[in-house]
Amino acid sequence: MFENLDALLLARIQFAFTVSFHFFFPAFSIGLASYLMVLEGRWLKTGKSVYLDLFKYWLKIFAIAFAMGVVSGIVMSYQFGTNWSVFSDKAGPVIGPLMAYEVLTAFFLEAGFLGVMLFGMNKVGKKLHFFATFMVALGTFVSAFWILSVNSWMQTPTGYEIGANGQFLPGPSWWDIVFNPSFPYRLVHTVMAAYLTTAFVVGAVGAWHLLKDRANPHARKMFSMAMWMAAIVTPAQIFAGDMHGLNTLEHQPAKVMAMEGHYQSHPDGAPLILFGIPDSEAKTVRYAIEIPKMSSLILKHDLNAPLAGLDTVPDDLEPPVPMLFWSFRIMVGIGFAMLGIGLWSLWGRVRGKLYDMPWLHRAAVLMGPSGFAAVLAGWITTEVGRQPFVIYGLLRTADAASPLDAPAVAASLLAFIIVYFTVFGIGVWYILKLMGKPPQAGEYGVKRGDVGPIRTAGITPGPTQNPGGAETLPTEAPADREPV
Amino acid sequence: MDLTVIWAFIIAFAVFAYVVMDGFDLGIGILFPTFKPGRERDRAMNSIAPVWDGNETWLVLGGGGLFAAFPLAYAVILPATYPLIIAMLLGLVFRGVAFEYRWRDPGHQKFWDMAFTGGSFVAALAQGMTLGALLQGIDVVDRAYAGSWFDWLTPYTLLTGLGTVAGYALLGAAWLIWKLDGEEQAHARKLAIRWGAATIVLMGAVSVYNVLLNADYAARWLSAPEIYYVAPVPILTAVVALSMLRAILKERNSKPFWLGIALFFLGMSGLGVTIWPYAVPESVTIWEAAAPYRSQAFMLVGVALTLPLILAYTAWAYWVFRGKVADEGYH
Repeated sequence: MFENLDALLLARIQFAFTVSFHFFFPAFSIGLASYLMVLEGRWLKTGKSVYLDLFKYWLKIFAIAFAMGVVSGIVMSYQFGTNWSVFSDKAGPVIGPLMAYEVLTAFFLEAGFLGVMLFGMNKVGKKLHFFATFMVALGTFVSAFWILSVNSWMQTPTGYEIGANGQFLPGPSWWDIVFNPSFPYRLVHTVMAAYLTTAFVVGAVGAWHLLKDRANPHARKMFSMAMWMAAIVTPAQIFAGDMHGLNTLEHQPAKVMAMEGHYQSHPDGAPLILFGIPDSEAKTVRYAIEIPKMSSLILKHDLNAPLAGLDTVPDDLEPPVPMLFWSFRIMVGIGFAMLGIGLWSLWGRVRGKLYDMPWLHRAAVLMGPSGFAAVLAGWITTEVGRQPFVIYGLLRTADAASPLDAPAVAASLLAFIIVYFTVFGIGVWYILKLMGKPPQAGEYGVKRGDVGPIRTAGITPGPTQNPGGAETLPTEAPADREPV
Repeated sequence: MDLTVIWAFIIAFAVFAYVVMDGFDLGIGILFPTFKPGRERDRAMNSIAPVWDGNETWLVLGGGGLFAAFPLAYAVILPATYPLIIAMLLGLVFRGVAFEYRWRDPGHQKFWDMAFTGGSFVAALAQGMTLGALLQGIDVVDRAYAGSWFDWLTPYTLLTGLGTVAGYALLGAAWLIWKLDGEEQAHARKLAIRWGAATIVLMGAVSVYNVLLNADYAARWLSAPEIYYVAPVPILTAVVALSMLRAILKERNSKPFWLGIALFFLGMSGLGVTIWPYAVPESVTIWEAAAPYRSQAFMLVGVALTLPLILAYTAWAYWVFRGKVADEGYH
C-alpha cells in the first residue's frame, strides 16, 4: 500500500492521521464536560428533574467519547518520540515542561475525578459529585490551555535560546514561552470551537427528537440550550477568528497569503477571492470570483492598503496553497452557517415557536456534525499553514523526523488506520445509538453489570417521577437490552 | 542537590506508580479469560472501572516526564523500540475502549472481552520487552538511535516481557483477592499462587541473565565492596516473595496485594542499581540526557505543588470505591 513513499512522508501522514482523529474527541468532550457541569449545576439549583435526566443521558455518551479521547491521546504523547525524535531532542527542553504541566494539572484531574463522576453519585453525595464533575470540566479546559500553548509556541516561538548542541533552551522567562504571541488568540478560538461543536451535537440530538415528538420536554430543553449557544457564541467566535487571522498576518504572513490565494502582491488593495481553483504551478487562482479590495479592507481595515503575496516568499518556504485555500473556506463557510442557525433560532424564539419549526429542526440535525468538520478544517489551516516548518522559521519538518526505516513507519501507519477506523468507528456508532434513544424522565446513568448475561430480560422501568432520587432509579432501561 | 538526580527519581517514581497501578488493571485483563462470563467477569471489571483511567495517566507522566526532563533519552529510546511502543499503544487502545464497549453492546460482549485480554497482554508484554531492550543496551551515534528496527528482539527481551506479564497477572489476582469474596475470591487466590510462583521464577531468571549479559552489571552486583551495599535487595526480595505466598495461602485479604507491590518495588530498585547512572545504559548518562536547569526547575515547582494534590485525590477516589465490589455494579 505504501511501497513508494519515503519514511518522512509516511511519518507526516501518520501524525496527521492520528492527531486529526484524536482532535475530534477533545473537541467534543471539552464542551460536553462543561455542558454536563451546567446541567448538574442547574439541577442542584432548581431541583428540576429534567436537568438530572439530561445529565444522565449525556453522561453515558461522555463516558464513551472520553474513553476514545484517552486512548487516542496516549498515542499522541508517544508519537513525538517514536516518529519525531529529532524534534523531541531539540525542542524537549522548551515544550516538554509545558506538556508535563498538562499531565500534572489536567490529565490527572480529569482521570482522578472521572470515576466519581461516572459511578459515584450514590457514594459521595450531590455536592461532592458536582465538585467531581466540575473538576473533570476544569481538567479538559486546562488540558486545552497547555497543549495549545505548546502548539502556539511551535507557530510563534518566543522566549527561547539556542544551545551549543543545537537544542532550543528556555530563556529567562517562562511567561514569554507560555504566553507566546499567537497563544491567547488560538486558545480562545479553539475552546469556543469546542463549545460550538458540542452545542451543535446537542442541538442536533434535541432537534431529532423534537421532529419525532415536539412535546418531549427533555428534547425541548436541550434544543433550547444548544440554540442559545449557537446564537451567542457563534458571533463571538467569528470575531475571535478574525482577531486570530490578524494575529497570523502579523506573525505568519505566508500562511494568510495561502489562505487568501494571494500568489501575487497587490500594491493598491487586494481582492477577496471567494472561490476559485488555486494553481500553484501557474501561481494563479483560476475561475476566481472575487470582491475587489475587500481583502485589504478585512486584513488592513483600508481599501487601498498594499498586501504582499507569495511572490515575496521563496518557493521552498511556501505552504501548500490549495489545501489551505480550501480548508479555510470550509471553516469560514461552516461558521456562517452556524450563525444562520443561531439567528434563525432567535427569530423562532422571539415568535415563541422555537419547538414548532420543523425546518429549523431539520437544519439543526444536518448541522450536527458541522463543528467537527470546522474544527478539522481549522486545524488543517493552521498546521499545514506552518509548513515547511515544524517550529516556524526555525526547524523544518523534514529535519525533525526519527531515523526510522520506511517499512517500520508504513506498518505502523497501516495498523493505526485499521485500528482507528474499526475501534473508533464502532464507538461512534454506539454513541449514535445512544443519541437515537429519546431522553426521558427517570433517565438511567452509566451502569455496570446489569446488562450482562446473568440478568434476565423483562424488567420494566419503575416509577419515574423522582426528581432527586438517583438511589431509586429503575434498575434497567428497556432499550438498553436489545441485542445487536 | 542536583536537580538531574531529583528528576531521575521523579521519573522512576512515575514509572513505579504506573507499573503497580496499571499493572493490576492489565493483570486483570490478562486473567480475564479464566473468569466465568457473567458475574465473575462483571465484578472483576467493576473493581477497576472507576480507577483505570487515573492509573493509566501515570504512563503519560512517565513518558511526558521523560520527554521534558531527559529529552535525549526519550528521543533515543522510542525510535529504538518503535514496534514495541506502537504495539503497546494499540494494545492500550483495545484495552481502554473495552471498558465502555462491553457494556454498550451485550451481543458482542465476548468479542470485547477478548479485545480486553488481547490488548492487556500485548501492552504488558511490550512494556516488559521495552524494559529488556533498554537494559541490553541501545546503539547511539551522534544523539540518535543508530540500530535497525528489530534490534530489540532477543531471548532476553522475551524473558523480561514474560516476566512483566506474569508480574501484572500476580498483581491483578492479588487485587481481586482484596476486592472480591466467596467463590470468586477463592479463584483469585489460586491464580495468585500460580502467577506469584511464575513471577518469582522469572524475576530470578532475569536477574541471573542480567549479570551474564554485561560485565559491568556483574561487577555492580557481585564484586566487593558493592556487594555489601546491594546484597539486601535480593535478600529482601526473597523474604517478601515468601511472605506474599504465605499471605495468599493463609487467606489474608489485602496483604498479598501490598506484598506484591513491595515485590515490584524491590524489583525496580534492583533495576535502578543496575542502570545507574545511565538514562540509556552504557550510552547516555542522566546528566547527558538532562534538560537544562531552567526546564528542570520550572517543572519541579509544578511537581512540588501538584503531586501531593494528585496523590490526595487519587487516594480519595480509591477510598470512595473501597470495600468488596457489589453484585450489581455501580449506578
